[in-house]
Amino acid sequence: MTGREIPKRRDARSATVAVTGLNATDNPGPGVAVIRALRADPDFRGRIVGLAYDSLDPGIYARDLCDDVFLVPYPSRGSEALLGRLDYIARRVGAIDALIPTLDAELAGFIALEPQLRRRGVHTLLPSRAQLDARSKVNLAELGAAAGFDVPHTCVLSSPRDLYTLHEQIPFPLVIKGLYYGATVVHDVTAAFAAFHRIVAEWGYPVIAQQLVAGEELDVLAVGNGDGGLVGALPMKKTTLTDKGKGWAGVTVRDPHLLELAARFVEHTQWRGPCEVEVMRTRDGRYYVIEINPRFPAWCYLSAGAGMNLPYAVLRLALGDAVEPLCSYEVGTMFVRIALDQIASLEQLSAITQHGELAVTSEERVA
Amino acid sequence: MNAIARKADTIVKKDIYERPLLVPHQLGMMNKMGSAQARAPLTEIDGVAVEELVACYGSPLFVFSERALVRRYRELRDALTRRYPKVRIAWSYKTNYLDGICRVFHREGAWAEVVSEFEYDKALHLGVAPERIHFNGPLKGESALEKALPAGSIVHIDHFDELRLAERVAERRGCRPKVALRINLQAGALPAWSRFGFNLESGQARDAVMRIVTGGKLELTGLHCHIGTFVLDPAGYRVAAQKLAQLANEIRARFGVELSFIDVGGGFASQNTLKAMYMPGEQASPSFAQYAEAIAAGLSELDAPPRRQPTLVVETGRALVDEAGHLITTVQAEKRLADGRRAIVADAGVNVLFTAFWYKHDVLPAQPSSGTPEATVIYGPLCMNIDVMRDSVLLPPLDVGDRLVFRHVGAYNVTQWMQFITYRPAVVIIGRDGRHGLLRRREDLQTILAQEEVPAWLR
Amino acid sequence: MNATDRIKELAVSDSGFLFDPASGATFSVNPSGRVILAELKRGADRTEIIAALAERFDIGEHDLHRDVDGFVHLLRTHALLPEGFSL
Repeated sequence: MTGREIPKRRDARSATVAVTGLNATDNPGPGVAVIRALRADPDFRGRIVGLAYDSLDPGIYARDLCDDVFLVPYPSRGSEALLGRLDYIARRVGAIDALIPTLDAELAGFIALEPQLRRRGVHTLLPSRAQLDARSKVNLAELGAAAGFDVPHTCVLSSPRDLYTLHEQIPFPLVIKGLYYGATVVHDVTAAFAAFHRIVAEWGYPVIAQQLVAGEELDVLAVGNGDGGLVGALPMKKTTLTDKGKGWAGVTVRDPHLLELAARFVEHTQWRGPCEVEVMRTRDGRYYVIEINPRFPAWCYLSAGAGMNLPYAVLRLALGDAVEPLCSYEVGTMFVRIALDQIASLEQLSAITQHGELAVTSEERVA
Repeated sequence: MNAIARKADTIVKKDIYERPLLVPHQLGMMNKMGSAQARAPLTEIDGVAVEELVACYGSPLFVFSERALVRRYRELRDALTRRYPKVRIAWSYKTNYLDGICRVFHREGAWAEVVSEFEYDKALHLGVAPERIHFNGPLKGESALEKALPAGSIVHIDHFDELRLAERVAERRGCRPKVALRINLQAGALPAWSRFGFNLESGQARDAVMRIVTGGKLELTGLHCHIGTFVLDPAGYRVAAQKLAQLANEIRARFGVELSFIDVGGGFASQNTLKAMYMPGEQASPSFAQYAEAIAAGLSELDAPPRRQPTLVVETGRALVDEAGHLITTVQAEKRLADGRRAIVADAGVNVLFTAFWYKHDVLPAQPSSGTPEATVIYGPLCMNIDVMRDSVLLPPLDVGDRLVFRHVGAYNVTQWMQFITYRPAVVIIGRDGRHGLLRRREDLQTILAQEEVPAWLR
Repeated sequence: MNATDRIKELAVSDSGFLFDPASGATFSVNPSGRVILAELKRGADRTEIIAALAERFDIGEHDLHRDVDGFVHLLRTHALLPEGFSL
């Protein structure tokens, strides 16, 4: 992957870009934010093709967002089904120049398809499977040791009995997590057992126990160019949380050390594409990387507002542009998430459920 | 008159009928793409039509592909030999001990790995040389040890009572047989199987080594560890191989004993999707190369001089044979359940496909079809509520008599299946040149009656 | 509300999109289902419904009585027809 030439095909400014993650619910996928950031760039006048998994994904019905929306098959249907559908969509809209996947569940599938997509002229900026696995929760501590960042003490639990002796390594309160989802803070062994069994029942093994670091959470949106270079890094502090712990408002902050952490991660792994580094900063100034998400976070539109439009940078990189590192951003740029009721029509719902596609604009399509 | 004549000339073209259907729209379930992109049917296996196979051997029917068996075996062998100089694959009989299947692997060079007297006898019956058998398991039994130890088979000792028994047999028969030690150890993320073998971390394994070496009656030739089943993270193998390598180094340093092999057991995942799994098996299952990489990394700790390195033994089962196996079944009935769900009744149930309890098997229709696919429950033919072959799978409209093919069923089913309510079906294999033949005949009443007796007073 | 009135208030598009104004629920209906709904809206009985299907579609060996009953069962399950309704 390193140093590979991406043949330049299309100008990012007029590209047709497919974006997933239109599930803009109270636990939103990042797709709407990525699309809005692309549209926010003054140069961009291309087409946006929304790819949705569910007919009721709110992003489908958002005004001024997508030019077209198509339903695509769930990842569990396999790569053949997905490729076939993408070929159909490309015929319908003329061509897909770039594709930005934004959901955890679909990433491994798109990564595996990257060569076939490239052969079809669909460009992506994705990590390799090995890079994806290197930052998984199970491997994060090892990665941190090698790359030079601290990770809270982590134990991978292989049986419930491990919980009895866990406190010898990790004091209470601690966090019990599944590999992808399900993080619970527990204060004693009884609660730890309950959390452990809940996770095993829903997600299976492995179960991870991690030291709870007291401090403030900061998140860094970063993009790696695949050669170890950091294209941009934007640190943000959530100022309001929903009851599910999702950020509902936030502000960009100044902290060079956060940028340094992102740079170390990107450099060590030669990360290719966007990522979100979740960090805990303690009162005495220590930094712990809690998790690294291998895709855009839902708050990434903030980067457009802060003068460091990272979704657009990813599009340009995917299409082979040489992008200079984006070094500056406006500290103190706020985002506030607003729940808007949008009026939609049954005709739109009908088009998506009955035909699997919705032309939001009425532009002529290139055959 | 003219009007009637005109009407008679008109050809009325009617639309294709599909039974009437109403599907509610629910958030999280509303993906039409499962439907519009119906998957291609599986009309043939290795070039032989499903219908032809059913015509010859009946339904339901297990079908194995020799091509797939050979391909997987060579893939495993290449992945390992590329990374370690001396490699032995011991075919795990309990996964599928049909003579025909075992022959394919032995022909490719595999040894036999057996876990009971029955399996041991079967390997011998197949003509496997006793010295090419690894004999595992917590219960081998005295009569089995009497056969195996003097004949030169490698017995993997599971516990101290068995160790004592082996020594007594050796003494009685005047031989110094080859044994290995089954070790259990902490290999990281997996629940450790502490019931088999001698524990490493507590020092038990060292005690067993000491006992064998100082006893002088048995020749310690290898160490064996089997860390789990359907292991999705290769990292556990690296840890296990490393710990075994370290123990081997210790044994050489302390006793001057050079081990002939290190056995990392089996447990590689196949492409099936476990019911609790988040990602589909197709994506979650590591490749042979990834497992081999991890094992070789662990074994790099070995101190042995080159050319005197112990052989790496693997006892792979599932990962070699799952993909090669298919189950053809026939639709017997279609039902609409009270809650609106669609169900079909197939002629193969969980008595025949035991792995339906663990996996969401991929299942495809064997004939082309059109029409709106629907989420469907597949029931077997048993009058038991647990007889569910698939909970919910998107299938197109089907008629009674249509065939379905369950994929990746090669492992454990033809060894763990039950003769319950129905006869067990035939098992066939398709050769690399397209010929097909029986591996096991379909049972009939005589098969079952052959084992029964009726005491005199009940006749 | 009787069955015919209930059926009449269901909005069905040519593409098979069905909207139930009483509950706000939406459904997808396939072509043969649409024929049955159209007939039910006319107040047709079982014989007429089956005849309409046979005229429009190449029904082959299909058991139309069973299929029509099955569809009506679905309509009842989703409260689009009163519970006691049968043809």
